[in-house]
Amino acid sequence: MREITFSEATLEAMSEEMQRDEKVFVMGEDIARQGGIFGQFKGLPQKFGVERVIDTPISETAIVGAGIGAALAGMRPVVDMHFADFVGVCMDEVLNQMAKICYMFGGQCTMPLVMRAPDGIIRSAAAQHSQSLEAFFLHIPGLKVVIPSNTADAKGLLKAAIREDNPVLYFEHKALFPLKGPVPEGEFCIPIGKANIAKEGKDVTIISYSLMMHRALEAADKLAGQGISAEVIDLRTISPIDKETIFSSVAKTKRLVIVHEAVKTGGVGAEISALVAEEMIDYLDAPIKRLGAPFVPIPFSPSLERLVKINADQIVSAVEEICK
Amino acid sequence: MSYQADFLRALYRKMVTIRKFEEKIGELFLGGELPGFVHLYIGEEAIASGICSNLTDEDYITSTHRGHGHCIAKGANIKPMMAEIFGKKTGYCKGKGGSMHIADFSIGMLGANGVVGGGYTLAVGAALAAKMKKTRQVAVCFFGDGASNRGTFHEAINMAAAWKLPVIFLCENNQWASTTPYRTTTAVENIADRAVGYGIPSNIVNGNDVFAVYEAAKVAIERAREGGGPTLIEAKTYRIKGHFVGDPEMYRTKAEVQERFEKDDPLKNFVSDVLAKGWLKKAELDQIETKITEEVDAAVDSARKDPYPDDNELYSDLYVESEVNLRA
Repeated sequence: MREITFSEATLEAMSEEMQRDEKVFVMGEDIARQGGIFGQFKGLPQKFGVERVIDTPISETAIVGAGIGAALAGMRPVVDMHFADFVGVCMDEVLNQMAKICYMFGGQCTMPLVMRAPDGIIRSAAAQHSQSLEAFFLHIPGLKVVIPSNTADAKGLLKAAIREDNPVLYFEHKALFPLKGPVPEGEFCIPIGKANIAKEGKDVTIISYSLMMHRALEAADKLAGQGISAEVIDLRTISPIDKETIFSSVAKTKRLVIVHEAVKTGGVGAEISALVAEEMIDYLDAPIKRLGAPFVPIPFSPSLERLVKINADQIVSAVEEICK
Repeated sequence: MSYQADFLRALYRKMVTIRKFEEKIGELFLGGELPGFVHLYIGEEAIASGICSNLTDEDYITSTHRGHGHCIAKGANIKPMMAEIFGKKTGYCKGKGGSMHIADFSIGMLGANGVVGGGYTLAVGAALAAKMKKTRQVAVCFFGDGASNRGTFHEAINMAAAWKLPVIFLCENNQWASTTPYRTTTAVENIADRAVGYGIPSNIVNGNDVFAVYEAAKVAIERAREGGGPTLIEAKTYRIKGHFVGDPEMYRTKAEVQERFEKDDPLKNFVSDVLAKGWLKKAELDQIETKITEEVDAAVDSARKDPYPDDNELYSDLYVESEVNLRA
């Protein structure tokens, strides 16, 4: 299969969807003239014009709010957040407007809006440019949240998000943009709400997503060397969470480790742990393990930043602890 | 300046419907019949009516927590409005929105908004869509003087100005941000003065004079339709009722309110104006008023009888089914 970068995969998705439906357009800071900080919009304005690939003022609130308004008026906007951290600037638009409008107005409208948000730790970007905030949005009814871990998913999930009639937050890890991987030729969508069993196994279930999937798979390889067969699940979608895939895997392996780059406290791992504890505790042969960032903002200094990132060895140790 | 009798009757109809509807809502709320809380538009009828008389069903408006008047002026049906405020299944939002969230997408009413200053950017987005689709539609964003101090005011107006979007930012300066008087939180004399900072035209009108509002809106809306970009209109008025029904209004005297209402009641002014000019006859105004009173009573009767939403409606409309073509 051909290999392209994660960034190119998202570009293909945008380009195909903009070609397919003239109601699709994209706006954000520095996307048209610059092509996006990570090159994820390069070439789009040449193809579709600056009327559909729009450089905005530095006004996150207006970017998202105008996206909502345009969606209500029949368009299918994609808005780019520049950095996921800046969602903090326009939280009212996310929390009180886009998430609630369809329900609160009794289903009179749809909200076909995609919010792209580059997240995660990269090159000492420090506290306000490094966060993984997906768990916030799991808590808000009305939103869908997707988070690809590889190039093929980056394309398929973005295309599905653009075709959704519900608001979708699309988190893309900054460290993934330059990574190459196989992507099938032609049109395809990855269904929202379905997790992917990236590697089958029988002794322990490791659930992860986004960049940490790569660490999880690396850990699974190491564990295989020790005779531990790990099943690795890529969540792909944070909301709605795919309970079915999680539960059937845990029923099989009876052991669960959840890994994410986001702060462990109140994270996606906490929700999954609670679901499994509520409904499947009798299946478990060992306590659930969660790996996530410590409860601190992301520090700047490389020596400190290193301490908040999860590596494969930590995942291996966590699995070893519950597989004794 | 003179107007067609049909136009004047329609204008009067809008204003009286708002007045009668709001009076009834106040009464029902105090009688304990309505859940939640309600914010009345009494005394500001001329603004929504004057503006919306320039709009078609294709044009958009965004509204506020004090939104009943905007809905009615845009052409919403008072029956499903009343039912919504009662929390009934037959309401505009199937009882899921209530007074602060009435919307009617079939007439471009993109919803009242419970967040003060929440509507600006939505109006900008609707206008952006109109510009992209080249439809000549406009969007009117209603907001109050209190909302003018939200950051969204700045972001939205700047964006609309930079992109020359067909939006009218319509400030209803009723002098009160909830319980706080205008001049204690705002240094400029007029909200309209801020337009200079965005490079857009502005206009200050007497918000209690429906003709003044209508004419100012007409110019701004025409300009927006022709691609001339946004205008900031400030309609000066006064909030006759409390922030919400039941507000003890400790922050002002009854005499102050009384004095303002006697002088500035937009409905009374309209009536004396059209009668003095001989444009309409007293009898036809009375006839309209009687008919509307009956319509409002009928809306209350049916809302009372209508069912509440079924329990199984709790989760409906949270997400819509999407047709995503899968070929993974």
